Amino acid sequence: MSPSTRASDTDKGVRPTLPSAGRSAWDRLRRRRTAAAGLVVLGMLLASSLAAPLLMGDPDAVDFAAVLQSPSPAHPLGTDQLGRDLLTRVIYGGRISFLIGALAVLLALAAGIPVGVISGYAGGTVDLLVQRGVDLLLAFPGFLLALTLIAVLGVGVTNVVVSVAVAAIPVYVRLVRGATLVIREQTYIEAARALGAGDRAIILRHVLPNCLTPVIVQSTLQLGAAILTAAGLGFLGLGVRPPTPEWGTMLGEGQTYLLSYWFIATFPGLAIFLVVMAFNLVGDGLRDALDPRAGARG
Amino acid sequence: MRAPLGRYVVRRLLYALPTLLGVTLAVFLLVRLIPGDPARLIAGLLASDDEVQRLRVELGLDRPMPEQYARFLASVLAGNFGLSAVTRTPVIEEIGIRMRATLTLAVTSTALAVAAGLSAGVLAAAYHNTAVDYAVMMAALGGVSVPVFWLGIMLMLLFAVHLHWVPAGGSGTPAHLILPAVTLAAFSTAIVARMTRGSLLETLNLDFVRTARAKGIGEGAVIIRHALRNALIPVVTVVGLQFGTLLGGAVLTETTFAWPGLGRLLVSAITARDYPVIQGIVIVFAAMFVVVNLVTDLLYVAVDPRIRYG
Repeated sequence: MSPSTRASDTDKGVRPTLPSAGRSAWDRLRRRRTAAAGLVVLGMLLASSLAAPLLMGDPDAVDFAAVLQSPSPAHPLGTDQLGRDLLTRVIYGGRISFLIGALAVLLALAAGIPVGVISGYAGGTVDLLVQRGVDLLLAFPGFLLALTLIAVLGVGVTNVVVSVAVAAIPVYVRLVRGATLVIREQTYIEAARALGAGDRAIILRHVLPNCLTPVIVQSTLQLGAAILTAAGLGFLGLGVRPPTPEWGTMLGEGQTYLLSYWFIATFPGLAIFLVVMAFNLVGDGLRDALDPRAGARG
Repeated sequence: MRAPLGRYVVRRLLYALPTLLGVTLAVFLLVRLIPGDPARLIAGLLASDDEVQRLRVELGLDRPMPEQYARFLASVLAGNFGLSAVTRTPVIEEIGIRMRATLTLAVTSTALAVAAGLSAGVLAAAYHNTAVDYAVMMAALGGVSVPVFWLGIMLMLLFAVHLHWVPAGGSGTPAHLILPAVTLAAFSTAIVARMTRGSLLETLNLDFVRTARAKGIGEGAVIIRHALRNALIPVVTVVGLQFGTLLGGAVLTETTFAWPGLGRLLVSAITARDYPVIQGIVIVFAAMFVVVNLVTDLLYVAVDPRIRYG
């Protein structure tokens, strides 16, 4: 019997398969189509962000002859209170949001994966201590934790990345610890150990690769969540420093002019909405494709 | 073997205590991580050197850390969070004044999310794989993806600025509550709808439901009277867990709608670097979340007789 079939056999024992009520073939197909749509939207937004310096002018170019102009051919999304072109700023804003999201998720992964593996693999007192730490972080609602850290660290790109990342760490620690606990008990791990493999080798060669699937799925969803949290901080004026074009910050500034100039707050928010929705679609699709047993979220 | 429920309740209560203690320790350490003199930070930018020195002695900031924490914990337990560095009023009073507004908003939103989410989830499951189902699932996807502050602004533009149906912001009348509550409820509604649908679809496939159908009971009665009761169990947990997201969302929603709650106070305290107020609100928020999770866990046992805690 090959290790892979063994693994799935034992998995079934640990996590019984649920009745496949909501999972007709049509259902799965539709989900894959929506995931593809999410991927297309994401690709377009990412490409335009990356190509922003080639496509658009200076996002900070002030033009007092053209302040607060409604959308027009010259300014498709209008201009803000300083006459800056909103389309340019929304496209440049994608660079900041993708950057913050990616760095925050990478940082959370870098901290969460080792801690999760060690906690699950070592067990005992180490596990207990790590779990109490995770419980403590989870006692603070996610956005509130990021907000509290910003209160201590101060505003700015680096601090936003750190705050958003710390709020995401417990998710990864739990996820990886759970996966490690299941993998640790597999027969092929016992076999590897009998063949003389050390803890290091077992973790690197068997435990980590097997954690990969849930981590990839979670990270896709987490990217959307990180961008949303960072934008929320920006909206409160506690994110990236102006004049950096950041969607949340632009939205917060735009609210001041809401009564007469609806477009300033509308378009940056729409951009956040699209990106987060796209990440959610792709994440759900990935989960279905990579881990059919997990079922639909919620 | 079934351990008495009472023992589980006591154990779960005892388990929440270290978490709460940890919260106070974390907040205590965080504020001391800030570069600079903590006495100066707590006194505020406007305080004189004399005042700062008096505060340093009063708070025992010249003592060793463990003693400082013991003092801090003792005053927090006594409900004493110190004075606001800006207004000089006791933090606990400021929190007390704003607490009502935040609770009103959070409870209304939760009720709304449960009512709307349950109905939508049941509809989606009952009309599985039809246009109704897809519409609910699309709306739920929108609900989990939309930035709460942007949704608030869009609703404000439509219903307050253009249609003049409700006030754009502020508080005082029940009409003021409508937009903030709907805005804040969006995310939780979506999560409750997804959970109800998924859970109900699974339950509808179980043997006891087939038995009910075989007895000739109509599909509506099968869902409402038999399946839903079982399907609700995981929904209870989700509502509890959502409360954390809801508190975070409340900070943003209150700011959007100028709702005079704790969240808005927290944001202005952060902007003004009013650390005693920040400390107090963060502890109160975390405590609320821990207590709601505790209540959820206990409710879970109450609604699901299958769960045994040994």
